[in-house]
Amino acid sequence: MAKPAIALRHTPTEGHNFANGVVSVSTAAPASRISLRATPLGANSFGKSLGLDLPKKPSGSAAKGGKFALWLGPDEWLIIDEKNQDISLVPKTASTQLSAVDISHRNAAYFISGNGAENTLNAACPRNLSLSEFPVGSATRTIFGKAEVVLYRTQNNTFRMEFWRSFTPYVWGLLLDAARDSNN
Amino acid sequence: MLLINCPYCEDDRPELEFANAGEAHIHRPKDMADMSDEAFEAMFFIRDNPKGVILERWRHAHGCGRFFNAVRHTVSDKFLKTYMAGEPRPSDDEITELMK
Ligand SMILES: [Zn+2]
Repeated sequence: MAKPAIALRHTPTEGHNFANGVVSVSTAAPASRISLRATPLGANSFGKSLGLDLPKKPSGSAAKGGKFALWLGPDEWLIIDEKNQDISLVPKTASTQLSAVDISHRNAAYFISGNGAENTLNAACPRNLSLSEFPVGSATRTIFGKAEVVLYRTQNNTFRMEFWRSFTPYVWGLLLDAARDSNN
Repeated sequence: MLLINCPYCEDDRPELEFANAGEAHIHRPKDMADMSDEAFEAMFFIRDNPKGVILERWRHAHGCGRFFNAVRHTVSDKFLKTYMAGEPRPSDDEITELMK
């Protein structure tokens, strides 16, 4: 009898780790993710089922128990659930008020942390990431070099960077170069 | 780097996040099939290319994703004003005021 084939799922960022005196880059664990487009009504109902009030302000975020809702646009949010891998956050019933797409495996993420985190990101991201302009809890879609990313400041010196998994070699390479340079 | 104020993000953002999307306030009639060839050509293909103030559509492509309109000076590249899509074209008086 033929042996059953077993497909193992690997994160594209597996084993990526870097640290020097000022900055560390580490891989975020796999997570559930939803790309949400919604009317105000749909956003409210989705927020209720999620147990989170979706942020309405530009660059805003909401977080509770390992769940995050990041404002990306006036009707667009990125929802991340760090705790419940592979458990779909997609609503069970269809609605004309919202579109929720499971993108859990489309994205990968790094944590960039330390006193050199801002400098490391600014090597290839033109946004002003100073604490006064981009305080803790801020979230934004922007670019890192040529790659589109979502940045979320979780702590004073810690950013979560979400990007499409196929961009991993590019993002990792650039991040590594920038992290090494930030030591100088 | 140029900073462009996105009316949806309510903030200045670096130009690399944006994409130009052509002239703004082009009226596209509902009855296009009834238009004369000349009128259709003028509406569909012919665009202003002024040395001075131009009204353009821009998209915050790597940000909130929204299209909006901008008043830009083509010589200085200065963005005199940005406003949400659907808002009326600024009056000539307002544009003159913005240029001061
Ligand atoms: Zn925007």
